[in-house]
Amino acid sequence: MSLHEAVLRKETDLLSSEERLKPRHLRTLGSLAGMVAIVTAMTLLARQFAWVGDYPDAWIAPFEDWLNVAMKWLIHECSFGLFTFKEFTRSLAWLAGWPFKLGMGLLIKGFDIALSLPVAGRIEFHLPHLSWVGVAGCAALLGHYLQGRRLALISGGCFLYLALFGQWASAMETFASILIAVPLGVIVGLLLGVLSYWSKTAEIIIRPLLDMMQTIPIFAYLVPILFLFGFGPVSAMLGTVIYAVPPMVRCTHIGLRAVPDTQLEAGIISGCTRTQLFLKVKMPSALHQIMIGINQVIMLTLNMVIIASMIGAGGLGYDVLTALRRLHIGRGLEAGIAIVVLAIALDRLSQAATQGKVRKKSFSMGFVYNHRYSLAGLFLLVLATMLGSKLAFVAAYPEDWFITTAPFWDGLMSWININLYDPLYAVRTFLLIYLLVPFKKFLLNLPWLAVIGVLFFAGYRLGGWRLALIVLFPALFPAVTGYWEKTMYTVYLCGIGVLIAALIGIPIGILAAGNARSAGTLNLILDTLQTLPAFVYLMPCVMLFRVGDVSALVAIVAYAVVPAVRYTLHGIRQVPVSVLEASAMSGCRRDQILTKVQLPLALPQILLGINQTIMLALSMVVITSLIGTSDLGQEVYIALTKADIGRGLVAGLGVACIATVSDRLIQAAAELKKERLGLT
Amino acid sequence: MIKWKNIFGSLVIALMLASPMLVQAGSVPESKDPIKITIHDWTGQVINAHIMGNVLEEMGYNVEYIVADYLAQFAGLESGDLHVAIEMWETTGKQAMDASLKTGNTVDMGETGMWAKEEWWYPTYLKEKCPGLPDWKALNDCAEVFATPMTAPKGRYLGAPVTWGGHDEERVEALGLDYEVVHSGTNAALFSELKSAYERKAPILLWIYAPHWVPIKYEGEWIEFPEYTDECYNDPSWGVNPDKAFDCGKPFGWIKKVAWAGMEDKWPAAYKAVKAFHIENDEIGELIAKVDLEGKKVETVVKEWMKNNPDAWKSWTE
Repeated sequence: MSLHEAVLRKETDLLSSEERLKPRHLRTLGSLAGMVAIVTAMTLLARQFAWVGDYPDAWIAPFEDWLNVAMKWLIHECSFGLFTFKEFTRSLAWLAGWPFKLGMGLLIKGFDIALSLPVAGRIEFHLPHLSWVGVAGCAALLGHYLQGRRLALISGGCFLYLALFGQWASAMETFASILIAVPLGVIVGLLLGVLSYWSKTAEIIIRPLLDMMQTIPIFAYLVPILFLFGFGPVSAMLGTVIYAVPPMVRCTHIGLRAVPDTQLEAGIISGCTRTQLFLKVKMPSALHQIMIGINQVIMLTLNMVIIASMIGAGGLGYDVLTALRRLHIGRGLEAGIAIVVLAIALDRLSQAATQGKVRKKSFSMGFVYNHRYSLAGLFLLVLATMLGSKLAFVAAYPEDWFITTAPFWDGLMSWININLYDPLYAVRTFLLIYLLVPFKKFLLNLPWLAVIGVLFFAGYRLGGWRLALIVLFPALFPAVTGYWEKTMYTVYLCGIGVLIAALIGIPIGILAAGNARSAGTLNLILDTLQTLPAFVYLMPCVMLFRVGDVSALVAIVAYAVVPAVRYTLHGIRQVPVSVLEASAMSGCRRDQILTKVQLPLALPQILLGINQTIMLALSMVVITSLIGTSDLGQEVYIALTKADIGRGLVAGLGVACIATVSDRLIQAAAELKKERLGLT
Repeated sequence: MIKWKNIFGSLVIALMLASPMLVQAGSVPESKDPIKITIHDWTGQVINAHIMGNVLEEMGYNVEYIVADYLAQFAGLESGDLHVAIEMWETTGKQAMDASLKTGNTVDMGETGMWAKEEWWYPTYLKEKCPGLPDWKALNDCAEVFATPMTAPKGRYLGAPVTWGGHDEERVEALGLDYEVVHSGTNAALFSELKSAYERKAPILLWIYAPHWVPIKYEGEWIEFPEYTDECYNDPSWGVNPDKAFDCGKPFGWIKKVAWAGMEDKWPAAYKAVKAFHIENDEIGELIAKVDLEGKKVETVVKEWMKNNPDAWKSWTE
């Protein structure tokens, strides 16, 4: 096929898709008209029949009581004959506690060892914890081993920050729990991902579970977890893993799905067994996607540090909270940055570990040369730790050497507060009066049947009766359980949050896609946004915007903007170069390439990004309730105060229902889009 | 790279397993198992927990401090994972505490001697704008001072987190106040607003409690409502408004200790010491100021206090 022909074909492709566009626009218009019709009809009906407008209290099903009974049974009575469910979970917690204790001993506490020997009698001594010099040195060595000098500087520098700013002890406590939570999350996520890839049934069961894990606020199931797994770091870790696993499952699943047929066939032809095909062809091919999953596990785990610290994990999260309670904004920021720094070190090291060069062993150089990195690391650790018993400043970084930038941040904050408060406050008032309040009123006044009707209709248009029914049940749940108003409040807050996040995130993604050099900086900003505890910037927000929806909105947008940027970037980058060249040759201007070629082709990916944006926005509900919003998150928190497990779970499930409905609808829209673009 | 870690790790485990803990069966530390005291995120509580912990350590016990959520901790206290909660406020934790005591797995260890004061509060610089304060009757004249675009013409009162109760909506209605109650989600959010307003000398009316560093650091006054009585909350006919209850100020609340029920058998002497723990508002207020305002460490402040007040804590151990 000559080049000319190729261009012609592309042109006709574009043309035909242009032609196909027409009826699609009509279709969309038809859908919109249908929705408007439903809303109008229901609003008119609601004037006649009150039950169309507000869900009648008499119809509320006592889900909370049922859940309370079920949880009580699970915690106190459920038994496998030989042992009870609680004993089972307790022993799991005991097992999981060991590696954590080991990590704590190595990094912070050291070990108290008492030996009774037959000859020497009783010996007691204290094995000191690893010196900060050794640990930071090892981090740098590992970076050098995996990639080179650049990574050595990054990872060594990250750990040095922790020492310099006086965060070492807390950071190591967090580090110890992360070292267990992240591998656990990765393994569980990998297994679930592979399972959902192998079995369709498993996929159907796992998918809604993932939505729930990501969106039910942890406070909803905190009390049962504490009963079953005991108080302390293990429960905190468990809560963390529940939250951090879903992206790992999704990424594994997508990665395995995306293995090209040609590769599979090549594998089969070369005589691979099923196992070989899986381990040597599919897994390596899916590795890139899996690495994104690992990155997300690390980021989300560190994001949970703050919440985990409310449950029983000490460490950096606790420091952030304590500092902010005393309104030491600068100190809170420093502890928050320490979390970011840990995340970045871990993420970059793990990325390098899978992508990095493989060092070949050389037989001629002997054992010492081949193991020079591990030997050097071991030597450094032992030497530094031994030196530490003589020189105090090697064992623990001395307090007199701490540096702090806290006064600067506190001063800056006060300055902004005194000088810029009025204009910022005007922005807040404007947002509230012209955007937030009208939208809130609109949603809260919509008849509940109208909302359900619209969702049902949207489901039908996007995916037929099946999808319509799938959407119907989670949509009904908030009404049936009596949380309709709070649910709509959550929809309003998160909805606006998602809208703003998309308006900010998608253009940034588009800009960044055209500028390869900015990728590193952008990545750093995104990682920071994802791991810097929301509290750190929330308290300044509250100072400027006061308690209320605007402050909550800032938190939601800051956190949820990340996937909007990442997926847009990814979607535009993956548009094949050949298509771009073809369109350039057919005389497209740059803006035409963007709007007529790149964006439409990236749209399915962008829609998935919005999907994740919604998930993250909903997962912020737990934080927004701590500022003072009256959404489902607040309901969960109230339930916690009243020790009402059922109430908390129902409210939490309400959040998951919003997630499920939006997830199903958006996924269906993305599929439809893909089909029309001929991408599947 | 991974290998040496494994080797070192298994070595340490082996050492730990090879070390049978020899426990001396002594009289006062009846058990060497650590007594776990919970720590929350406000300074007064952390100080009190450390005072209790230090006293128990003086007696020979092992003590561990566990960071726990104020309300979720009951799950741990009931199952025996946690043992002592040193501050449970009537104003904020009564419901959860009652629910927990009902299970029989936790015990009420009596009052700490501290009293929770909570009320509407405003910074002193507002007296110029609103000379009638702190009398509650002056509040309506100042509603405009405290108003924001969202609440105008009503004043804005920033209340406690909803979970902390307080009946402020009812109070506003019963006393006919032109105010709107806005709930903050956490302490931190509440005090962020105060800090912001205080720096700008802007009007703010909010809920504050003591013992806490805020009323020590910031100059201000409590609003004086008609004094609280039980009848006021229960009997609508009582007070200025004959038709509604809650037409008065807020009650002082006790602050109690709660412990795991199994403690009495396992560590009888420690159990008695926790029961005897006693400290007063002024005393703890001073310690809080040392930590939060002077920036001293909790451990140092507690050690100092122990050294200077041996009579106070030694009596608990008898």
